[in-house]
Amino acid sequence: MNTFMDLLIIFIGAAIVNNFVLTRFLGLCTFFGVSRKLEPSIGFGLAVIFVLGCSSALCWVLYEYVMKPYNLMFLKNIIFILIIAAFVQLVEAVVRKMNPALFKYLGVYLILMASNCAVLAPPLINIDKDYNFFQSVVQAVGSGAGFALALILMSCIRERLEFSEVPESMRGMPISFIVAGLLALAFMGFTAMIKL
Amino acid sequence: MKFWKTLWDGIVPSNPIFMLALSLCPALAVTNNVKNGLGMGIAVLVVITASEAMISALRKVISGKIRLPAFMIIIAAFVTVIELLIHAYFPEIYKSLGIYLPLIVVFTLILARSEVFASKNPVYLSFADGFGMGVGFLLGMVLLSGIREIIGFGTFLDYPVLPHTYKPALILILSPGGFFVTGILMGVFNWMKKRGAHK
Repeated sequence: MNTFMDLLIIFIGAAIVNNFVLTRFLGLCTFFGVSRKLEPSIGFGLAVIFVLGCSSALCWVLYEYVMKPYNLMFLKNIIFILIIAAFVQLVEAVVRKMNPALFKYLGVYLILMASNCAVLAPPLINIDKDYNFFQSVVQAVGSGAGFALALILMSCIRERLEFSEVPESMRGMPISFIVAGLLALAFMGFTAMIKL
Repeated sequence: MKFWKTLWDGIVPSNPIFMLALSLCPALAVTNNVKNGLGMGIAVLVVITASEAMISALRKVISGKIRLPAFMIIIAAFVTVIELLIHAYFPEIYKSLGIYLPLIVVFTLILARSEVFASKNPVYLSFADGFGMGVGFLLGMVLLSGIREIIGFGTFLDYPVLPHTYKPALILILSPGGFFVTGILMGVFNWMKKRGAHK
């Protein structure tokens, strides 16, 4: 079950075929908020990958060894959101102490992450699909990578978009949506690559 | 008087989907047919009204430092209630909403309104604000899903509304269609707002 091939398929499936932003519509608020410039997009993308991987590992362990034995599955929303909020705070504190330069770079985005649906989704998907520990972590990291990929692509396009003439009422958000739609169209080409 | 103004404010002038651009993830993800859009809209309406009223009632008890986690727990509790109710009474809708139903917990809309409005205003006004925002969200969902279902399938709530000769444009049901329709609708809302301002 746990062969390398399996994990690779889960990774590619989460990162490209079921891209987080463009196919599953998760984390759109931050996606459109952060993708104005290229540099912060890269930083935020990396932060998302890290937080996603760690928090879904944490959630999986807690779900399997605490919530299941005590039949507390119905509390999963409340418990997961608390774990994620606490974890984000912890990461923020550690990064602030260990590496102030990186913190300056990521600071605000780390905090933003706590209320991002992209972070709560992977643990829920893992439970939904009954993944084991390794599969869960790979799925979460893959989702994060997909998010980062879409974010970076989008920010490059939006930097160019600043110089183009857009009808007045379509400026800002509306045109970004159309661009995201075109990106989604391109990503649909990957759909047939892997059957999940 | 203020009650009605607050209520109206959420429905059109600051419509959560098209004007504030908050809580877009579910707005795009589940609006490929009207039934899903309606189910999600009603779930959000109940959760936001209940949690804003609750938070406003508790606003003097919750200390400022821990208010965000406290809000989140209140919201998550209501979401769990709704999730269990829908699971019990409408298993079909529960299945098609899937993962997006528990994700109401991290709705930026609910958290933002709780922080901006409910934590500073009395209960009846918060109730109005929550209800208005909820109705605005519901209407936005129905509009979005209606357009997508009619053009993409030629049906509305599973009833065929277009003649047989119409060839459905499937692209609107798929994910790019969600982006396109939302973008164009936002543009239309902006345009109407600007035209209103000129008069």
